[in-house]
Amino acid sequence: MIPANFDYHAPSTLDEAFKLLSELGDEAKILAGGHSLIPMMKLRFAEPEHLVDLGGIPGLNTVSMENGSLHIGAMVKEAELEHNAEVTSKFPIFTDAAKLIADPQVRNFGTLGGNLAHGDAANDQPAVMLALGASVEITNAEEKRTVDINDFFYGFYMTAIQEGEILTNISIPVPAGKFGNAYSKIERKVGDYATGGVAVALELDDSGVCTRAGIGLTNVNPTPMRAERSEAALVGKVIDAAAIAEAAQMASEDCNPSDDLRGDSDYKRRVIRSLTKKMIAKALERAQA
Amino acid sequence: MIQCKTSKEIGGMGHSVKRKEDDRFVHGKGTYVDDIQLKGMLFMDIARSPYAYAKIKNINKDLAMAVDGVLAVITGKDLEQYNLHWMPTLMSDTQMVLPTDTVMHQGQEVAAIIATSREAARDGREALVPGIEYEVMKPIVDPFKALDDDAPLLRPDKEGQKDNQAWHWEVGQKEETEKIFAEADVVVKEQMHIPRIHVASIETCGIVADYDKVQNHLTTHLTTQAPHAIRTVIALVAGHVGLTEEKIRVIAHDIGGGFGGKVPVFPGYVIAIAATFLIGKPVKWIEDRSDNLTNSFARDYHITAEMAGTKDGKILASRMKVLADHGYTDGAANPSKFPTGMFSIGTGSYDYKHAFMEADAIYTNKPPGGVAYRCSFRVTEAVHAIERITDRFALEIGKDPAELRSENFIKKEDFPWQSPTGWEYDSGDYQAGLDLAMKTVEYDKLRVEQKAKWKEGKLMGIGLSTFTEIVGAGPSKDFDILGIKMFDSAEIRVHPTGKAIARFGTKSQGQGHETTYAQIIAEELGIPSKDIQIEEGDTDPAPYGLGTYASRSTPTAGAAAAIAARKLRDKAKKIAAYLLEVSEDDLEWEPGKWFVKGAPEKAKTIQELVFAAYTNHPQGMEGGFEATHYYDPPNLTFPSGAYICVVDIDPDTFEIKVRRFVAIDDAGHIINPMVAQGQVHGGLTQGIAPAMYEEIIYDEDGNALNGTLMDYLVPTAVESPNWETGHTVTPSPHHPIGAKGIGESPTVGAPPAIANAIIDALRPYGITHLDIPITPYKVFKALKEKGVLDKDITGFEA
Repeated sequence: MIPANFDYHAPSTLDEAFKLLSELGDEAKILAGGHSLIPMMKLRFAEPEHLVDLGGIPGLNTVSMENGSLHIGAMVKEAELEHNAEVTSKFPIFTDAAKLIADPQVRNFGTLGGNLAHGDAANDQPAVMLALGASVEITNAEEKRTVDINDFFYGFYMTAIQEGEILTNISIPVPAGKFGNAYSKIERKVGDYATGGVAVALELDDSGVCTRAGIGLTNVNPTPMRAERSEAALVGKVIDAAAIAEAAQMASEDCNPSDDLRGDSDYKRRVIRSLTKKMIAKALERAQA
Repeated sequence: MIQCKTSKEIGGMGHSVKRKEDDRFVHGKGTYVDDIQLKGMLFMDIARSPYAYAKIKNINKDLAMAVDGVLAVITGKDLEQYNLHWMPTLMSDTQMVLPTDTVMHQGQEVAAIIATSREAARDGREALVPGIEYEVMKPIVDPFKALDDDAPLLRPDKEGQKDNQAWHWEVGQKEETEKIFAEADVVVKEQMHIPRIHVASIETCGIVADYDKVQNHLTTHLTTQAPHAIRTVIALVAGHVGLTEEKIRVIAHDIGGGFGGKVPVFPGYVIAIAATFLIGKPVKWIEDRSDNLTNSFARDYHITAEMAGTKDGKILASRMKVLADHGYTDGAANPSKFPTGMFSIGTGSYDYKHAFMEADAIYTNKPPGGVAYRCSFRVTEAVHAIERITDRFALEIGKDPAELRSENFIKKEDFPWQSPTGWEYDSGDYQAGLDLAMKTVEYDKLRVEQKAKWKEGKLMGIGLSTFTEIVGAGPSKDFDILGIKMFDSAEIRVHPTGKAIARFGTKSQGQGHETTYAQIIAEELGIPSKDIQIEEGDTDPAPYGLGTYASRSTPTAGAAAAIAARKLRDKAKKIAAYLLEVSEDDLEWEPGKWFVKGAPEKAKTIQELVFAAYTNHPQGMEGGFEATHYYDPPNLTFPSGAYICVVDIDPDTFEIKVRRFVAIDDAGHIINPMVAQGQVHGGLTQGIAPAMYEEIIYDEDGNALNGTLMDYLVPTAVESPNWETGHTVTPSPHHPIGAKGIGESPTVGAPPAIANAIIDALRPYGITHLDIPITPYKVFKALKEKGVLDKDITGFEA
């Protein structure tokens, strides 16, 4: 459990980081907490020659509420999302999700940007972002661009981030009216990756009709996925037990889980059905509160 | 209940004295093998086989030697020159130190890399791996296929070995048992697997081997539960190269968890010793976590358990047939004369006269082991089988499992009791334990609640385990390691000022010996336990002993401490008679002093008497105040327990929640209630582990699929329910302080209580057995197979 040799770089500005990335090319990996990367290095599944640590760059670890959106710096730690009242008062889904990520040590190092940029469908935050309709800011030496979260996850460990680019910020729209959100997962023991996980975000109008539904699923598809048919089944309705059951059934049918030590696809579909029901109900309750 | 004979000041038995060792642990001052730093120390890593069964075609050492800092690569061929490539196991089988031609399991040691740093050694390992060429062969993974005609012969190295069977064993009354089964009203049978698991101690295996060429002396800093036995084994293995026993010192410092996994000698130890011997510099080897997880094991018994009885619930006989998967060699840490250890305790706490048990051990392409994981050598397997099949019998005849147990218990007046498989149970009061457990958990109310829950479609279950344990190995007639009898020792030396040091042949790995042994001596001698320093683990100063495992320390070394202390108390009496100018017959003892009968003011404290032993002893008496005792127990001790577990299972996701767990233990007299309770809490958590979480899983090619702690699911505090513990006290009649040993009871007793509870929750749906670990996914599969998941679970009329 000892990684191969590597050089460690700690740039103090983004410009410096871009310079390093351009000099070092694909022998460099970005360190954004490291709690996915370092275990892979210890097992020598990954042997980068250089690590570029973003931890010392100011401005990447701030949280702010501006222009109707919540902006979370890519280097904001999971532990902060778990406890920051400005975040969790409107988005309790972050407390739900963060406290299910690994263990406190990991959450004290792991970052939201690192979690997303790893592009792993087993991570919890991608489903949360899909449910909330987030967008991510990706920066290179010259410019910034904004990518809708729906266009971010490409494939297994693959995202929209290109060589020489850094994920710098995540923005989440704050709905004007009533809204609620929730996340849960089934895990074999504390700290495990999800057997299945479900994130739900709902918006309601004054009469209680659902105007937007976002449902993201964890670890039941090669890439993080949205349960789009389930979302559509909720929108335009006053959500009742029948609607919840229908949406849950659709989510369980639409996901594509693989058989592994956590269970076969039949079991995982059942888990997704159960969790989808529970999370829609919880998000609804929060929206109505 | 627990009563104290000594004052709190003296702190003898029954006092919850705070653990002396904890001061250094909470201050981070413990010393583990990896803390040892010696001048010029080199580091070793080990390249391992990716294949379960393969011929080694070539090892290109140059690849590793090219790495900066790598000094040497050691292979089986190198060790063969010194005849060190094979070693004996504790079961008198043989195990490769390093292979010369064939690897027998995934993860087997293939070559060792010696380097100037741990990192360089690992880089050398990674560089060497592609340079090892194999010819891969089809392994035997499934033990049920190991005896097929087309199975390859795995151990052609063993003379006379014609198939893959290691041994056959049987005990009991075969013919009578068969007759009872043929004629019985009720016969139940279940096929069970007690899965291959791992002890997963926090500190992995490790050694610093330090050979001094000038003195021809070897010191090993080793994380071992049995330092003296290991020293003898090293002398037996390496005596021919000049390392004889007086030239070897084994030091076991603090141990970060043992649980039976640190009894055996592992190949890495021998390689490190060979390396320091050849190079003349200290060599450190610290095992990797994944290597630790996948290179030894406990359990792995496939058991066909059967019970015969009457319709109204009288047990008449039991029968068990075991297929034991030992991997490629029998490396079990089992010091008994019986290859299945104490499996024959599997007639349990029940009064019936006939049983038959047999076992066949099989070689497969898996790591060797048979570690007695917090268990006296196959007791856990036996207890699981008897407690499960007893529940199965109750289910078959429709009787409450608590009632059925009560009706079949061996009664307390029937002890000592001869079991059908040859043991003499020393004492027990099983009904008292069960009564207390049922009262604590409010058993009758739970059964009422359960019926209501079942109607609503909820899955609630109640499980019992009323087990008998067998510990304290052991009497010399039945127990030895490589011929060395299983006694254990205590040596007490009291200094002139009345403070003492006592040394033992055992070795604590968290059991709290530094506290509890001092309490035993305090109880017998009246010297405050805080004034008694306990030392273990260093073979130079400590008296010989066989170590700490299988709940044997209190039954053996604890008894030795009591008897040695009593020798000193007798000596003190002689000195008191001399000083008080009375006859010994006129003296009476109370903890801490001898006084004249009827005149308590005429007294001498133990401290005064010890001082006199050095300053004013009677002429003709040997001076000083020291005693040693080697205790050979006349019998084993038989702790027992009554455990009740209550579970709720989510009918949608089948997540299993242990709502309550009541554990009533009877370990005879308790030395330190707090330490005992701590042991029970830890042991119960290690009981929930195989019941619900842990299993080493192999694919058909012999690859371990869960070789990291990410997938090998060791439960944590989060998974642990609130343990509700209690005691009944039935002293052992043959043990000097009436103690029986507590360490392994909870690990042995908990799994069947949990399994029985889960299966009880599912019994409305026709499920009669599930193998542990019982996971939500396994429950799902079982219910699906029964066809009950075609629609939602809505209710069951009990």
